[in-house]
Amino acid sequence: MAKRKTPLLDELEKGKWPSFVSDIRQEAEWRNKTDVDLQTPKEVCDDLLDLLELSLKDQECHWKHGGVAGVFGYGGGVIGRYCDRPDEFPAVKDFHTLRVNQPSSYFYKTDFLRQMCELWERRGSGITNMHGSTGDIILLGTTTPQLEEVFWELTHNLQQDLGGSGSNLRSPNCCIGKSRCEFACYDTQEACRNFTMEYQDELHRPSFGYKFKMKFDGCPNGCVASIARSDMSVIGTWKDDIRIDQEAVRAYVGGEFKPDGGAHAGRDWGAFDIVKEVIDLCPTRCMGWNGNKLGINNRECNRCMHCINTMPRALRIGTETGASILFGAKAPILEGAQLSTLTIPFMPMEEPFSELKELIEKIWDWWSDEGRSRERLGELMQRKSFAKFLEVCGVKADPRMIKEPRSNPYIFWKEEDIPGGWERDINDFRKRHQK
Amino acid sequence: MGYDPKNPMKDRITDIGPRDYKEFLPPVIKRNFGKWLYHEILEPGLLVHVSESGEKVFTVRVGGARLMSATHIREICDIAEKHCDGYVRWTTRNNIEFMVDDEAKVKPLMEDLEKRKFAGGSLKFPRGGTGAGLTNVVHTQGYLHCHTAAIDASGVVKAVMDELYEDFGKMRLPAHVRISLACCLNMCGAVHCSDIAILGVHRKPPMVDHENLANMCEIPLAVASCPTGAIKATTVGDKKSVVVNNDKCMYCGNCFTMCPAMPLADAEGSGVALLVGGKLSNRITAPMFSKVVVPFLPNEAPRWTQTVEAIKKILEAYAKDAKKYERLGDWAARIGWERFFEKTGLPFTEHLIDDYRFAYTTWRTSTQFKF
Repeated sequence: MAKRKTPLLDELEKGKWPSFVSDIRQEAEWRNKTDVDLQTPKEVCDDLLDLLELSLKDQECHWKHGGVAGVFGYGGGVIGRYCDRPDEFPAVKDFHTLRVNQPSSYFYKTDFLRQMCELWERRGSGITNMHGSTGDIILLGTTTPQLEEVFWELTHNLQQDLGGSGSNLRSPNCCIGKSRCEFACYDTQEACRNFTMEYQDELHRPSFGYKFKMKFDGCPNGCVASIARSDMSVIGTWKDDIRIDQEAVRAYVGGEFKPDGGAHAGRDWGAFDIVKEVIDLCPTRCMGWNGNKLGINNRECNRCMHCINTMPRALRIGTETGASILFGAKAPILEGAQLSTLTIPFMPMEEPFSELKELIEKIWDWWSDEGRSRERLGELMQRKSFAKFLEVCGVKADPRMIKEPRSNPYIFWKEEDIPGGWERDINDFRKRHQK
Repeated sequence: MGYDPKNPMKDRITDIGPRDYKEFLPPVIKRNFGKWLYHEILEPGLLVHVSESGEKVFTVRVGGARLMSATHIREICDIAEKHCDGYVRWTTRNNIEFMVDDEAKVKPLMEDLEKRKFAGGSLKFPRGGTGAGLTNVVHTQGYLHCHTAAIDASGVVKAVMDELYEDFGKMRLPAHVRISLACCLNMCGAVHCSDIAILGVHRKPPMVDHENLANMCEIPLAVASCPTGAIKATTVGDKKSVVVNNDKCMYCGNCFTMCPAMPLADAEGSGVALLVGGKLSNRITAPMFSKVVVPFLPNEAPRWTQTVEAIKKILEAYAKDAKKYERLGDWAARIGWERFFEKTGLPFTEHLIDDYRFAYTTWRTSTQFKF
């Protein structure tokens, strides 16, 4: 049981949503009862809760800024964390995080999870995040001497490596992909694993000016948020026609199939109206319905997914599939938030993904040469211009890359592109024009 | 046999990467990999995916706190072993998915999940998070583990989800609603494209620990870290330090990230900002950023009442007024932001008018407004 009174935390045990406080308390109870030879303080969960109560009361957190911690040979995967009140909360004096690189799409077998639990309860706090924002399994809280022990057991017994942190490649992440989604335009899980394995050195040893994230979305629905959250966003798409099953379309119109896969069942929206709900909502107005047959002018389709999402039993993605590659998304720090910018409209995505690897390596070279300390790729692209970025990529400009052409005429020209160059003779000018 | 501190490099294994996902795929998933034809949400938190082979996989989706103990994960393992042959997965939004290959296995699984509660009374495995409703909140560490937090994370999420619990298990909203929380502007939760984003913000410039700054920080890095150029090197007494021009500071906290001697967090100064209308999907409209609609609410542990109330107002106005398939941001864009503030009852203040880079692009440069 907790050593102190915790009225604020007690309140967070009430209500229906799963209470993380109750969960930490059950772990604290387990620690107090167990006969496992715990290698970390028995009271670690009690002190964590008491420290949280103090933080909620003070409205200030009680962790020191940073602190060096890690495992030999790696420059990432461990985040050092020290409590700023070790006098009162000695069991969380050092409470470091390990990032454990997740397997693609977070599928697990329970024997692996049980092994991980056993390791982490004995050599850590037993508290995790399933999962962190970037994708890793987060093991929250252990002491400095246990870091190497945990790493040894992870690699030897669980055949499992750490993920990225700091100015490294961060653990790549992907959506569920072909495992259980009919919209996946390429094998996101294999791509994610392949890039993770190819770039192990970049993932574990800081070689960049700042973090670099890559995420693999199987279709434009973007379930893994790559377009907002990764320096390189790989988003599945297709080039040919949406496949139509006209009979199934009629079944939707006839009310036999539930629209949007039944996603709107919690309210009575009335009978499905294909014109109102699909044809008129199509962003490019490239669809038609004559009462019996659905037509799509595929050349005008921008593959927004709405019609396919709404009638998944009738419409399927095309068969000439691949991915669009976008670059430069990031959160607001420092120059404001950015979404990724379309750079390669279409690239086939087959193993061993050589074309994309060649591209990313060119971009990393440029970023390493030109990027300032803590400058994300998206910021460098803005500072140096998108035209420069295209030159680095070896890609020709294409109207698909922009929302609209520039409205200012401040065009940078290259001297070699201008007849006669920029060097001119002022005396020659004066021969024609008096002062 | 194990790690030997005297010989740390002995038998060292590195660069092996994560376990291969193919080891962890349930047999029904493996057999039908890439062969899925369509899916359907049979009821909130229950999906069926149908393969061209004729096989089906039924998925029961339940919410969870992102923070999980080993004890809790073991219970998840127990359930997965009892019902799902020892396979389980998580989603990108911290939900847990239990999959079975036979419809007959669904009911016993759901009943088993429903009855499990924590000692404090909360549900361990609330079912839902599908379709046109609310799914789980993605969030950051907050007070539990972060040194730059302006607000707590897990506590705020618990308070919000307790109040919005019904919508997790219902699908009554016009479209998906994604709520995300980041406890400071660093946004390791990247909330900037969420339907509703809860963001921890500061309102006081950093304090400067002149006594210790030179020992704790690289002064040029601290100066360079400021996006508005508000920080200058100085000498205080005989100590090298920095001075902050408070008028230029917008409390982003980037200096504190670079220099621990410049803390910002404060019981009165720090709190919650709310942003709405972002999205990631390309469906109908392009992905877009969330916009700030509440500049500040106090950090009210343990229930964050004003934050929860403001979110409920936004959600109810949206649920009542938006058209089917219309995301929150598309709704606001269609009715106009003057109507958004009218319908939600949120006050509009000058704090909501952009004054950072490219601010002008958000000002109204037409006469097309509504009275």
